[in-house]
This record gives sequence, structure tokens and C-alpha cells, in this order.
Amino acid sequence: MAVNTMSSSTPTSQSGAMNPTPTSPATAAELVTANAFAVKDLSIWYGEKQAIKNISIDIPVMAITAIIGPSGCGKSTFIRCLNRMHELVPRTRVEGKILFHGEDLYAAGSDPAMVRRRVGMVFQKSNPFPTMSIEENVLVGLRLNGVRNRQVLNERLEKSLRRAALWDEVKNDLKKPGMSISGGQQQRLCIARALAVEPEVLLMDEPCSALDPIATAKIEELIRELRDQYTIVIVTHNMQQASRVSDRTAFFYVGELIEFGDTAQLFNRPRERQTEDYITGRFG
Amino acid sequence: MMALRHDNHSWRKIKSALASALSMLAAVLVIAPLGLVFFYLLQKGAGSVNWHFFTQLPKPVGEAGGGMANAIAGTGELLGIASLIGIPIGVLGGVYLAEYGSARSNWWLRFVADILNGVPSITWGVVVYGMVVLTFKSFSAYAGGLALGFMMIPLIMRTTEEVLLLVPNGYREASLALGISRWKTIVHIVMKTASKGIITGILLALARIAGETAPLLFTAFGNRFWNRNLAEPIAALPLQIFSYAISPYEDWHRQAWAGALVLVVGIFVINVLVRFLTRDRTVRIL
Repeated sequence: MAVNTMSSSTPTSQSGAMNPTPTSPATAAELVTANAFAVKDLSIWYGEKQAIKNISIDIPVMAITAIIGPSGCGKSTFIRCLNRMHELVPRTRVEGKILFHGEDLYAAGSDPAMVRRRVGMVFQKSNPFPTMSIEENVLVGLRLNGVRNRQVLNERLEKSLRRAALWDEVKNDLKKPGMSISGGQQQRLCIARALAVEPEVLLMDEPCSALDPIATAKIEELIRELRDQYTIVIVTHNMQQASRVSDRTAFFYVGELIEFGDTAQLFNRPRERQTEDYITGRFG
Repeated sequence: MMALRHDNHSWRKIKSALASALSMLAAVLVIAPLGLVFFYLLQKGAGSVNWHFFTQLPKPVGEAGGGMANAIAGTGELLGIASLIGIPIGVLGGVYLAEYGSARSNWWLRFVADILNGVPSITWGVVVYGMVVLTFKSFSAYAGGLALGFMMIPLIMRTTEEVLLLVPNGYREASLALGISRWKTIVHIVMKTASKGIITGILLALARIAGETAPLLFTAFGNRFWNRNLAEPIAALPLQIFSYAISPYEDWHRQAWAGALVLVVGIFVINVLVRFLTRDRTVRIL
């Protein structure tokens, strides 16, 4: 039966359902569309409460998209829909469509675990696994997904830590507990852990809100460096951060998408009155 | 300054002192029985605890010496059988409660587990007697272990559930966001993080059932010799203590005291082990 639903629901691409390797035949289609996600009429409910109201938005590939808005406006809920993490909350209901490179994320045959391998996530509070060393933390995603080859693991360890700008600081302490390093380093360790499974997209849910200004600056620099290889969606309620790091910015307010556009344009010449009020600090 | 002083200030001080004195008295009364039991056991039993006690079989009535080696081994075997039943079911039940169950099914499961925890231990003996002993027409180590295993299940289930719920949700989310499956997340991330707590729950359950006598009376039954076959009756320390204590022989009484001392020390050691395990990391994370 599973085979049946998969073959019938596979849309235009011939690559089948969620393929974990980024170099799949879908690459050609990606270049044409240039959108990682196409969100159409998305609404989300937690029980009776509607958190997201009829949002349509296209998230560009290989660019940084920032989502800003006051607390409780649905920013986190929205990006959690992009890798189906919101499903962990009981009694959630989704309406509308999210296409990821043309494939329906919520199609009957699609497996949340496969979605999340391609769409990784970094959280607000750094959360290295407390029972694991720095090395084990980086490699856990690969190991638990069945990678055993020591050479592959070693290569991926160094590559991920280098990309997360952490290698030089921890290369001699790889066996130390992941919790033994500073808060900013822990957050970069979490980024390395997410990168190790080689996702195409990195979702970041207020990744700097628990960090001091110096650690924040390091992470922002890192985000800009990752831009060339990953599609990044970052939620922040720090507007300066959004204007510093992102290419495009979306402004959310009480579950609705008020404005979405080029970051410089949105901050300098907002089209909507509500956006202007928010970015000039009149509310929120 | 005058305004801060009040007429009944001294009376309030007296009341406060009285309250703290009463609670201290209650605290002392909590500790006193343990000290009393331990002191009494040492006084009566220490003299009979020797090398022979741990290495020899019971001697026939009238003959001096002998030991409880078979009962000590028997208690170990019974705890082993009980663990084979109680640990997997209890731990998996706890995992279900903490990770999978819906609010409604969990309410019922907890309710049932709490009732099971309150079932008098002799009831388990009677149930297993009916289920196993009558069916196979023999008292056996299996029956005794099963009765003890039944007692372990709800104990381990509830402690496992509690420690799993203490693992912050951020770790589950971090793991699932890596594309790790739900089951692997539970086993390799959540249970690993809570492993000390789970082991603590298991040890406490073992300590709780190690001294049980009632469920063994008509299941394991007791045995004055080594048990060669788990399908036959087996000796257990609490059973041996029981039968020696109600005997009319002075020598057996001394052995019963010694047995009780060994049992209490064993349970004490398990509890110290638990303290040791819960000392550092578990406290920091959980």
C-alpha cells in the first residue's frame, strides 16, 4: 500500500520520494525554480487556536531568509512546518501545501525523518547531547542513520566542525564532553551536528538569543559563510540581526505574513504601515 | 524604632521554637527505628556471621554450625529470574508512558500501576500459586521469580517514566531534527541521558523485593539443599529466616539473626550504590 501511495503522489520529478543525497536528479529542476520551498495557503492550528493564517511565501534557494515579528506571531511555528517538527506538538492541524523542490512535504508517502535529513534545524537553546563527547555529538546523526565507515566519519567530523568555524578551537579536545565548552561554542557545535548529515536547508530558530554579543557576532559571520552552500531560514526577533545577515526578510504579525521582500528594501522602504511601525520600534 | 516592636513578639518566638523542636523530634523518630534495627541485628546476629555461614548448607537439627549458602544463592537466582521478567516489561512500560501513550491511556496505565504497587505481596504469591504451581504441580524457582517479577513491573515502570520525563524536550527535538527515527531517538538519546535514573529505579525495585517473604511461601517454597533445577523448589534468604525464626531451636534462632543481618546489609549496599550512581551527572542534567 505504501508503494502505491508513493508512486501515485510523486509529482513532476522522477526522483521518487525524499532522497537523502543532495545530488539527486532534482538538481536540474532546482535551478529552474530557484525556490527551496513554495508555501501555499498554509494555516496551522494548535487545538482551537490558529497560529498561522493562510500564508503563501516562496523561500529562495541558496539565500538567507529572515523571519521577524513580535513574540507569538507564529515565526517559530512557521519554520517548524518546513521540516515537520511542529508535528511533535499534540493536536496540531495543517492546511495548505508546502512544496520542497516541487515535492509535497506532507504527501501521504513522505517520511518526516527523511524530510528532516534534508532540512536540518538549529534551536534557540544550544542542546548538545549531555552524554556525548564533542566528536560523538557531531557524528550522532550519521551513526544513528547507519554510517559505520570510520574514514567517512572522520572526514565528515572535520568538515562539519570547520564549516561551523569550531575546528580550530576544539580539534585537540574532541573527546571532551559536548557540554564542557562555552555557550557560543556549544551553539556552533549544534550547527556542526546539523551540518554533518549534509542537509540542503538549515532552519535556525533564534540561534543567538541566548548568547552574548561576541558569540552572536561569530554565529552571524558563520551564517553568512554558510550562505553559499545552504538555503538558510532564520527566525529572529532581533531586527538588526535580520538586516545584517539576511537577503530577504518576511515580517509576520499575529499569524499573518504582512510583508516579504528584499531585506534592504523592507528595512529602508517598507511597503506596509505595520512593517514600518514594527521596524521603527513603535510596537512589538 | 518603636513601631517595629510588637507586644506579642516573644510569644511568636516561642511558637517558632516549638514548631522547629517538634519537627526535629519527628525527624529523629524517623531515623531511630533504622538505628534500632541495625543495632539489634548486629548484637544478635554478628556473632553467627562467619565464613561457614556463606559457604555451607544448613546442618540437620542438633548439629552445630552450618550456613545459608544455598539460601543466599537462591535469593540471587530468584532476583535474576524476577529481573528477566520485571526489567524489560517495566522499562518498556515506562517508555510507553513517557514517550508514546496518549493522555487517556496513560491515565489508565498509571492508575493500574499504582493499584498494582499497592497490592499486598502475599496476593502475588497466591496468584502465582494458582497460575504456575498448580498447573505444573510443583513449587519452583520459576514460580518464585515470577511472583517477584510481577512486583517489580509497576515499581520500575513508574520510576522509568519519571526519569524519562525529566529529560528536556530539546534533546528529543535535536535528535529528531537530524532525521533520526523516533525509536532510535528514544533508545540512544532519551534513555541514554536518563540511564542512571533508570538503573537507580531498577536497583530500588530489587532492594524492595529482595526481602519479600510472603510471595515466596507457596511459590519458591524453600529448600534445605542446593537447587539443581529451576523447576524445583529453591531456598531464599527471607524464607530461611522465617522458618528458622519460628523453629524451637536456639541454634537456628542465631542463624536467623545472622540471615536477617546479611539481608539488611545487602539492601543497604544496594541503596549506597544508588546514592553513588545518582550523585553527579544525573543530578546536573535531570
